[in-house]
Amino acid sequence: MSQKFNLSVNGKAHTVDADPDMPLLYALRNDVGLNNPHFGCGLAQCGACTVQLDGQAIRSCVTPLSAVGDGKIVTLAGLGTPEKPHPIQTAYVEEQVPQCGYCINGWIMTAAAFLATKKKPSEAEIKDALSGLKCRCGTHISILKAVKRAAEMMG
Amino acid sequence: MTKFEKTSSFSRRSVLLGGGALVVSVGAAVSLDTVMSIGTAHAQGAKPPLTPDQLSSYIAVNADGTVAAYFGKMDMGHGLHVAIAQIVAEELDVPFKSVKVFMGDTGNSVNQGGASGSTGIQLGGKQMRMASAEARRVLVEMAAGLLSVPADILVVNDGMVSASDDKSKRISYAEMLGGKYFNVQLDWNKKLGNELYAPGKAQPKNPSEHKIVGQPIKREDVAPKVFAQEDFVTDIKVPGMVHGRMIRPAVAGSVPVKVDESSIQNVPGVKVVWDKGFLGVVADREWDAIQAAEKLKVEWSAVEPPFPDQASLYDHIRKAPVRKAQVEKQNGDVDAAFAAAAKVIAADYEWPFQSHASMGPACALVEIKGDQVTCWSGTQKSHFVQEGLALTLGVPLDKVHVMFRGGPGSYGRNDADDCAMDAAVLAKAVGKPVRLQYMRDQGTGWDPKGPASTHKARVALDASGKVTAYEFSSKGFSRVDVNTNGGKPYDTLSGQTLGVALKSGDGFGVPAESYAFDNKKLSWETIPPLLDRSSPLRTSHLRDPVGPQIHFASESFIDEVAAAVNADAIEFRLRHIKEPRDVAVIKAAAEKANWDTRPSPRKDQTGSKVSGRGIAYAQRNGTRVAVIAEVDVDRSTGKIFARKFTVAHDCGQIINPDGLVKCIEGNIVQGVSRTLWEEVTFDKKAVTSVDWISYPILDITETPGEVNVVLINHPELPPSGAGEPSIRPVAAAIANAIFDATGVRIRRVPFSPERVKAALS
Repeated sequence: MSQKFNLSVNGKAHTVDADPDMPLLYALRNDVGLNNPHFGCGLAQCGACTVQLDGQAIRSCVTPLSAVGDGKIVTLAGLGTPEKPHPIQTAYVEEQVPQCGYCINGWIMTAAAFLATKKKPSEAEIKDALSGLKCRCGTHISILKAVKRAAEMMG
Repeated sequence: MTKFEKTSSFSRRSVLLGGGALVVSVGAAVSLDTVMSIGTAHAQGAKPPLTPDQLSSYIAVNADGTVAAYFGKMDMGHGLHVAIAQIVAEELDVPFKSVKVFMGDTGNSVNQGGASGSTGIQLGGKQMRMASAEARRVLVEMAAGLLSVPADILVVNDGMVSASDDKSKRISYAEMLGGKYFNVQLDWNKKLGNELYAPGKAQPKNPSEHKIVGQPIKREDVAPKVFAQEDFVTDIKVPGMVHGRMIRPAVAGSVPVKVDESSIQNVPGVKVVWDKGFLGVVADREWDAIQAAEKLKVEWSAVEPPFPDQASLYDHIRKAPVRKAQVEKQNGDVDAAFAAAAKVIAADYEWPFQSHASMGPACALVEIKGDQVTCWSGTQKSHFVQEGLALTLGVPLDKVHVMFRGGPGSYGRNDADDCAMDAAVLAKAVGKPVRLQYMRDQGTGWDPKGPASTHKARVALDASGKVTAYEFSSKGFSRVDVNTNGGKPYDTLSGQTLGVALKSGDGFGVPAESYAFDNKKLSWETIPPLLDRSSPLRTSHLRDPVGPQIHFASESFIDEVAAAVNADAIEFRLRHIKEPRDVAVIKAAAEKANWDTRPSPRKDQTGSKVSGRGIAYAQRNGTRVAVIAEVDVDRSTGKIFARKFTVAHDCGQIINPDGLVKCIEGNIVQGVSRTLWEEVTFDKKAVTSVDWISYPILDITETPGEVNVVLINHPELPPSGAGEPSIRPVAAAIANAIFDATGVRIRRVPFSPERVKAALS
């Protein structure tokens, strides 16, 4: 039943032996050993599990391993580092966004994918791009400020 | 009295040091022997017992001069630890960056009540302030001995104690105490939890001297979260760990009568744990545990579906027997005043069950090794989880170690404590460490709920329109049907599913305000829970427990009365409010929002899109907050956009203004969500709010465009709470703004588009 899958995660190759129907989230968390994509709903309704697959923000909790193919996966841990941060990470720190922080993957990975293709977005465009993501603590105001700040940094 | 004074160290010191001959200059470390001999009184190598009467239970100075603060409360996302570090650094006279706050670890902190009732700074910070002040006093006293100078000429800068008249006489905290422990007794009031208080002899600083307290210091823990360098409780792993999942009945109250393990024989490494109503599975791999929990065939006992039709919820509450009634405030003779009234205005309000609906369902990891139990939990109250685990597993309290790790959000008694207990039962049954995470439907469908309630308000007016009496009463489910923590098996799902009978408690509340009426009565009544065992509609604390409910009703009603007597909503409030700080927040909000003094509703709008503004205010345990909402109403769709908020907030002394503003913003946004969208749905069998579709919360496209916060600082007053007060008036402010815009009063939350549209048509 289980199969071998070769995954490219944050620039490194990993081999995972698992059920093809198993969502990517569990491979990233338990087989690759990453702590950042989170389980929030398992239903693609909240975004806590978001990673980028070939630059697209996807919900890893509903993406079966069999659908990943040889796509390049980037998670929050691979987006940037304290030494070489992605602008949205810099902006998040500058704006001091978190309350609990569990939702961060969804907002940052989605915003990063959005900002990569959309320069100088309007506030309404940012909101539309992020619509559907959940933050239960209510940090939305700071999130918007951070995404706007990142958009400015990215010119 | 400290142990210092009981010992003979002074004489030993005198012998050793020859009466004041010691001069410790820059760079010349005191010899270890010397310091150890002098320090024996206040400092020792072995840690004193971890009890609330020991200074070492709160503060330690490390060998490198850094300070550890052991805090029996924890941060749930506001950055509380920053404020605590500011308080500790301030009182100790050490750099802010040298303080590290350890939170919610039963292995190094005492039970200060956990995250509870916005008391992180108000009570937890108070204790840390007193402990830090005492630590400084003791260290200065030690330095006086070592330097042979009077303590009152010593000054402390950045952890260095020096003589004010001779800076060459100096010694650092680290040199005196580094790596050892305070041996200082505090005057403990013998209480645990929020009430714990254990001051020393020292008086804390006068606020006018504060240099670190009051500064907008940033959180250092944002970057680790943003760069995925920090583990949440969901990320903790230990060797040999297996994954657990729980199975809940489709009809609340039923229990498994037959479990067909052959139905999951194809799932590798799975084990079923079944005992009475408790049913879970574990597997080596998380996905397998999930699959097994989904596929396991279970026959459940036939029980009468326990819940009423949701449509009749409020009828049920009104007709339900009263289990406890309490009048909390009463003055004058309300009945006589109503009998003599020229006019009576009355209204009823309703608030639904609401879910914590934390960002992720709860997770806990429990490891049982020999007689030692270790638990990692996202709980708000690790010391109570320690107690609950000891009782659940039947082991002594001191064999249980609970470590708080940030979880997927927490706003009160959510599902975290239940999860820790369930994980413990699984771990004991399978003899392996178990990481248990609930699934989404369990996180929303089975967490303890914020209670549904009804509220009645009435005023008596005399012929001139003056209010002669005011009566407000609530009737609803208890805020402590299950207690605010998992410390007792009768309060947890594992306890109840394993057969421990629920001990449902009673508690509600009354409006917190200072309206002075000659005759006034505020009261509440609680009713029994809908189901007396492992209920998905059991009720407990959800952020500002019963505060949003009560003040939605009371502050909507005050607005109704103002409108009925054709008065401006603020002018009417100020006519009756007596507390100067209450008046100040209302005036501050009004000024910031450019409040236009006039009665509501507006009469100058036509068309389908209309706007309005509304105010509401409340107190909460010393804090005062006024909220002005400006909303847009689309009459054709019923959709409300809560466009702008102005908040004036007075919580006494402000420790960190930037952290406070963030805290208030979160309150407002979550308050808008609870007001406009949130309602737990259920049918006769079960809760049907099981995900983000069936329990919608505010989307970023609906987020207020502006939240303007006016902070009123009172450095001369002790700090009170901020984690919850500003969510309290949000619903009423929105309701009052809708009335201002439309002339229609909405008296039931949430203000969903369907409900608003129906009310407007």
